[in-house]
Amino acid sequence: MCPECDARVAVDDGVERGEVVTCPECNAELEVIGLDPPRFVLAPPEEVDWGE
Amino acid sequence: MIRAAVVGGAGYAGGEVLRLLAGHPEIEVVQVTSERLIGRPVAAVHPPLRGRTELRFSSRDTLRGADVVFAAMSHGESSGAIHELQAAAPVVIDLGADFRLRDANDYPRWYGWNHPSPQLLGSAVYGLVEMHRAEIASASLIASGGCLATASILGLAPLACAGLLDPAIPLVVEAKVGSSAGGSQAGDTTHHAHRSGEMRSYAPTGHRHTAEILQELHLGVPKHEVAFSATAVEAVRGVLVTAHAYLNADLDDRALWQVYRSRYGAEPFVRIVKSRTGLHRSPSPKLLTGTNYCDVSFERDPHSRRVVVTAALDNLVKGSAGQAVQACNVRHRIPETLGLEFGGLYPI
Repeated sequence: MCPECDARVAVDDGVERGEVVTCPECNAELEVIGLDPPRFVLAPPEEVDWGE
Repeated sequence: MIRAAVVGGAGYAGGEVLRLLAGHPEIEVVQVTSERLIGRPVAAVHPPLRGRTELRFSSRDTLRGADVVFAAMSHGESSGAIHELQAAAPVVIDLGADFRLRDANDYPRWYGWNHPSPQLLGSAVYGLVEMHRAEIASASLIASGGCLATASILGLAPLACAGLLDPAIPLVVEAKVGSSAGGSQAGDTTHHAHRSGEMRSYAPTGHRHTAEILQELHLGVPKHEVAFSATAVEAVRGVLVTAHAYLNADLDDRALWQVYRSRYGAEPFVRIVKSRTGLHRSPSPKLLTGTNYCDVSFERDPHSRRVVVTAALDNLVKGSAGQAVQACNVRHRIPETLGLEFGGLYPI
């Protein structure tokens, strides 16, 4: 499950710990920290600045 | 084929109905009326229809039988002509405000006129499919929602319908809207020198769509104050609503994802747009130009129980004509998305 939005995140066979995948719903970049079942933590987000 | 007539087809909303129906595989437009443009080719007024229709505008007096009438008349006009419209077709879909409110007392309060056919208000169904799908499927009089109200309602419905709003704190809703929401007829405020570059707070209080928001989100009982404001911005199409809602429970963004997903996960035209990455992280009306989508999002304020809800749509499509076509599809038991599949342009 995505730690950001709780969406189900499928991973390909052969994915390894440390890889980064993308949540299909919130587009969060997730680092794979476990494989059976897959577990994730949020990868550091890129920042945007619209003039803040 | 379902035979449709468009009454008041010269304006922006009527033209948008015609544009959408020109690509609809199950609906054929058989008549378009305009009292101002009788005899003129419809395509001469609506450029997207060039080469796609031979129809000419006719008078409403010559309205023939159809399966459905789309009434795209000025506010206050369809209620005076409703018997004529209902005589022409078993289903009337009104794009104006005349049948949106169920309580006749709301018309003098919000519109400044008494409703001429209050007995029909109880049978009219508010035309937002996401709120009234089952009722629309058997309705004979469908009232499409206002554009600002539609965005506000769709943005806030997951919270309101789940009983998550704190009624002790007013719901603050600010809507920005493009110039086409003002209709196709020019006036002093639409003069280029006045309008260009403008960001105008044109209805800080008292906007008519407040009544629809109160009605559809059932905020009257218990009484929950809605503080609605509207601002005209430099755009032709588009609505962006920013609402400030206070929760009665301590829900974080992850829990709110579940609330919104449970409400909209199966809806074909409402999308949750809350992206952690990329350039387009929240709803943007520009990306929805010409589409029937309403994109919604939310963000919990970490310092309070405030949730900032945003919702975007094209005021002429999901906020008017597209909503009407979607309701027509549901009413006639054909796939809800027919004629409405356009996904937008990018970049635009």
